[in-house]
Parts: sequence; structure tokens; C-alpha cells
Amino acid sequence: MAFWNGFTGGDGPFMKQMVDAFNKENPNVTVAMNTLQWGDFYPKVPTAVASGAGPDVAIMHIDQLATNAARRVIVPLDEIATGLKLEEADFAPVVWNAGEYKDQRYGIPLDIHPLGFYVNKGLMTKAGITEIPTDRAGFEAAVTELKGKGGVANPFWVTATWPAHLIFTSLIAQFGGSIYDEEGAKATFNSDAGVEALEWMTSFIAKGDSPKNVSNDAQAVAFRQQRNALTFDGIWMMNEWAKVAGLEWEAAKFPTIGDKPAVWASSHNFVVTSQAAKDPNKLAASRAFISYISNKSLEWAKSGQVPARKSVRDSAEFKALKVQSVLAEQLPDVQFPPSVPGIGDVTTPTYETAVNEVVLGKKQAKAALDEGAKKADSLLKANQSKYQA
Amino acid sequence: MSALAPVAAQAPPEEGRRGNGRAPKADPTVMRAGLGTALLFLGPYLILFATFILGPILYGLWISLHQWDFLLPGKPFVGLKNYGDLMTGGSTTSGPFWNSMRATGIFTLLSVPLLMVLPLALAVALNKKFRGRNVVRAIFFAPYVLGVAVIGLLWRYLLDPNVGVVNYYLDQIGFDRIPFTTATPWVWLALVVPTIWWTAGYNMVIFLAGLQEVSPDLYEAAELDGASAWQRFRHVTLPGLRPVTIFVLTITILASANVFGQSYLITQGQPGEETRTVIMQIGEEGLRRFNMGAASAMSTVLTLVLLLISLLSLSFLRERTPKEAKA
Repeated sequence: MAFWNGFTGGDGPFMKQMVDAFNKENPNVTVAMNTLQWGDFYPKVPTAVASGAGPDVAIMHIDQLATNAARRVIVPLDEIATGLKLEEADFAPVVWNAGEYKDQRYGIPLDIHPLGFYVNKGLMTKAGITEIPTDRAGFEAAVTELKGKGGVANPFWVTATWPAHLIFTSLIAQFGGSIYDEEGAKATFNSDAGVEALEWMTSFIAKGDSPKNVSNDAQAVAFRQQRNALTFDGIWMMNEWAKVAGLEWEAAKFPTIGDKPAVWASSHNFVVTSQAAKDPNKLAASRAFISYISNKSLEWAKSGQVPARKSVRDSAEFKALKVQSVLAEQLPDVQFPPSVPGIGDVTTPTYETAVNEVVLGKKQAKAALDEGAKKADSLLKANQSKYQA
Repeated sequence: MSALAPVAAQAPPEEGRRGNGRAPKADPTVMRAGLGTALLFLGPYLILFATFILGPILYGLWISLHQWDFLLPGKPFVGLKNYGDLMTGGSTTSGPFWNSMRATGIFTLLSVPLLMVLPLALAVALNKKFRGRNVVRAIFFAPYVLGVAVIGLLWRYLLDPNVGVVNYYLDQIGFDRIPFTTATPWVWLALVVPTIWWTAGYNMVIFLAGLQEVSPDLYEAAELDGASAWQRFRHVTLPGLRPVTIFVLTITILASANVFGQSYLITQGQPGEETRTVIMQIGEEGLRRFNMGAASAMSTVLTLVLLLISLLSLSFLRERTPKEAKA
């Protein structure tokens, strides 16, 4: 049985170990794992599945489920879910519901990976800050203190590229807005909330708290080199920080800058492809495999993920994983995009580009977001007519 | 393909004309056998050509006339709509496409002249005999063996505005940091310089090979006539290298027009979408958004533009031959 995923980072070896353990315990099934970059994964899987040389089971991000369901790359899993006695009660409702498209289940959530808020404890102490900021006033005060007493020239680096649009996604929801409307038919990121969110981000550059032109992971490099002290990054970065000698860091919930807590997150989901659906043996094997890994998701959590299963999150072993359990507290606040085919591909040319242009100082927030929203609307409309046809 | 064909076509025309003149007198049976023989010889290649080049081209043209997603059951025929969309502002494809054509155009205009002049200068310099010549040649060629992912990452970290080595030293000697990977016009520098470093060695090797074909007698004669080093270069080396120059120019234009990895990795299309190249755009439309009809239409337009440019550059270089021979 072929199992494909995009775990090319530090998460890959964890998954490989779990697959090896499964193979050892189940001599009648052999799972061959194939890992490729996510960027190559999504273009390749549909073609490979169509030709019968692709995966039987795969991992996909939650915003890709609807697209791949509409294109018949993956098949509904309702039977597998009931067969495994998986139910909503054991999963975070937000991620469980997001795995459905047209009232059928296509994904079995493995994990949730939100953005995290990372602080450099050493520099914080030097600046005389004892509490990790949780709100806007606290965050801005911390930046000022770090710059003054802490002696950090640029305490918070505002990025122009990834994960800038994810920070924007978190903030716009905090200010009461959203990226798209609920049906995923119209872009709403050019609302007042969007402008406020984006202007809050760029205010740090204007004040000189952040350098200009931060891109290509420079903010993560700076965090490793202790040249900044506050940063937002994926939960999976925890293992990267842990490797840096002499870096005293801590993780915290994404601070509430706006009116209510909210944070961007994505989720890895098990999917079964239309290729496997043709063979009852493979279907049975994939059920066993998904069940096995899902039950062992505590192991997976160690790679820097929050398990989707409540029973695992409630276990004492998970609570012992400090960073993961702190960031798991954000689950009620996570923001997923609407389950509409093609939605994942609207991001880059529209608000991701708009955020980039504003952070680089090329455009004003309102103008850039308006332009992006216009583009997004026409792309969403084109997707609608495409997937209806 | 289009790069090689015209070079090969240079010599044969005369022979072809002579051949045609004789043909009507030939025995018809020999003609038929001759045709069969020719087809037999051509056969193996024709099959490959038809399967892997002609077929896909025609299939691509066919796809470009549809709204085409290979996995969706409906692939409605839309006629020339995909082309029409590219030509009218306000459609989902025309803005990004022409923006990316512009980016590719700027990159090509900036990189091709440098990728001709520098390798030629290197080749002439390294054609002289001196100790360690082969080592120096190898050093200049070495970057070419690296993959685009390697050179992309390498330069991205060298040129990063805040954490890059180049800016670190600029800062140390008291200059302002330069946003090489995020602001125009610097982004073009961040794309062109790595490309030259990466591929100049390849062009150099071809020029070097070309230099071996220029007869030493010509240099000797020119020297006896009192030609200076520049005159020798201008009137012996350059004309002697003309076929090679045409070849290098054509492949360099085509390679530059196909630029993808550098802007994908070094500038990530920034700022905004200014360095998104046309190959990036076609790839995204066809392989990420799965609008293969629109993507095929883009490819066709790009191919036609490249064909036109290749023909122009070829005719430009070829027409000068008789004039210069007189001079």
C-alpha cells in the first residue's frame, strides 16, 4: 500500500518510525511511504492517482480537501469513519467539521498546527519583562521595553513573505473580520478589520521596531541569532528552536491584538484516493493503517503538532509536552477557510500578494486589499463555474 | 529544437538546390526507392519526433481550445476564448500573464547581453596558453553543474536584505543595507547576477570550442599585415565565431525566457508579483489551479513570441555576413 505525504522537515522521521512500527506489527500489510515537498505533492498526486501509480492513502491539508474531492482524487470516508467508530465527540469540532465537503466526510484529521507566539526569555528578562504579553497593550509595551532596556534594536520582525498572510489571517479575525464570506463565494479581507490588521502589522516597520524588507525566513534566522525577541511562526518550529544552543525561548498563545482571540491554523488529514477505492483489500488495509496512526498520534505530537483527538490531548503524556499543550489551548480560536474547491489556490495571487506589497511599503493597505479582493472575487467566481460544470 | 535546426540549415540550401536541379532526370524507380530509403532512415527519428514533440504540441493546441481539467468529467469546448481572455484586460488570466511576460522580458533583456559578452571574453582569455589554464577553465565552468535549487538557496541567503552576508559587509563598511530580494530595481540584480555566475561557464565552453575552429593561419596573416590585437579579434575571431555565436545567442535567449527557479527561490516573485516569470505563471495556472486550457493558451502565445524573437535574431546575424565579408 502506497502512502504519500509532504513531511520533508523534522516531522518526516517521526512519521517514518510510526509507519515502520505499523509494518512490523501487521505482517500482512506493507506500507511504502513516499515523501515529497508539499509544493510538488499537490500537482503530482492527482496525475499519479489518475494513472494508478499514485498513493492509496495520503495526507492532505484541510484547505485542499474540497478541491481534491471535487476533482475525484479522493473518496468519501464516511464508512471508514463509522467503521473505526470515529466520531465528532473525540475530535475538535472545528477541525472535524472542516473535513466535510457536500455533506460527506473526506478527511480524517490527524493533527492541528496553529501559528504559535515565540518569545526569547533571555532578552525579555534583560528588558525587565516577566509576563509574556497576551494583549495589544502588553505586546506593544514589550516591544518598547525590549528596544529600550533590552537593547534589541529590532525586537519584532514583520515579514513580507510567509507567514505574513497567516498572521494577517489571525489578526483580521481578531478584529471581527474574515478572509472570505461563509460560502467562500466572496472575498471580505478588504474590510475595515483587514485594513486595521494590516496597518497594525506595518506600524512596527514605520516606528523602526522592525527592519524593512524582511523576507525568506529572515525572521526565523533572526530568532535563532537572538536579533529579535518576539516572533510568530508555525508550531512545528519548536523543534528548530530547541536545536539552538543558548537560546532561551518559550511558546505562548497568539496574543489577542484585536477584540477576541483568533489564530490561523491548518490541519493534516488522512485521505483515501480513488485509486485505493477500486480494491477492497487496499480499502481494508487503509482503514487499519489510519486507525493505527490515529491512535498513536501522541508520537506524532512530538514532531511539533497538536493531535486532533481529544482523548490524546487529554492524556497525561500529552500534557507533559509543554509547548504543544500550551499551543493546543488555541483550538477554540482556530480559523479555517470555507470548504470550497479551489480556495487554497486563491490565496497567493490575492491577499498574500497584497500583504507583501503593503509590508514592503509599495502600496497602502486599503488600496492593496481592495485590488486583491477584486482579483479574489473573479477567481472565486471562475472556480464556482469550473467546479459546477 | 528551434535552436539547433537553423544552424544545421545554414549549409544545406545550396546542395538542396543542386539536388533539385538533377531530380527530374532521375529514374522514377530509383526515385521511389530513394524515397523509401529516406523514409527508412528517417523513420526511427520521425516516430520519436511525432510521439514526443509533434503530438504533444498538437494536443496542447487542442487543450487550449477547451476549459480543461483532466480530472473533471466536463471539458467544455470554448473555441478561442482562452486566447481572447489573454488579450482582454479584466479577465482572470490576462493581467497576471502579461505581467509575467514583462518580468521574463526584463530578465531576458538584462541577462542575454551579459551572457554573451562575458563568456566570450572569458573564452578568449582562457584560450591563451598559461600555467593552470585547465584549472581556471574548470573553476568558471563549475557552478554550471549545480542544480537550480542549490544556487537559488545559496544566493537567497547571500543576498537577503537583513540576514545576508553581502548586506552584513555593506553594513560593516558603512553603507546602507540594500534590499536585493525585495525591491526593484535590485531584484533584477538578484536574479541576473546568480544566473550569470551559474551559466556563463557553459557558454564559455562553447565559445572555447568555437575558437579551436578558427585557423591559426588567419591570425598569423593578420599579424603580418600589422593588425592590432583588437583588429585581430574584430576581424578574425568574431567572424570565425559567427555560427557558434548564433547558436549560443539562440539557446541563451530560450534559456533566459524559461527562467523559473531563480525567481521562485531568490525573490519569490517579490515585490508583489513583479518578478513572477511566465513559466511560474503557466505552471501555477496549469498544475496548481488545473486550468490547463488557459495554461496551454499561455504556452502557445509564449512559443509564438519566442519563435518570432529567434527568427529575428537569426536573420539579423545572418544578413550581416555578406556586408562584412566585403568590408
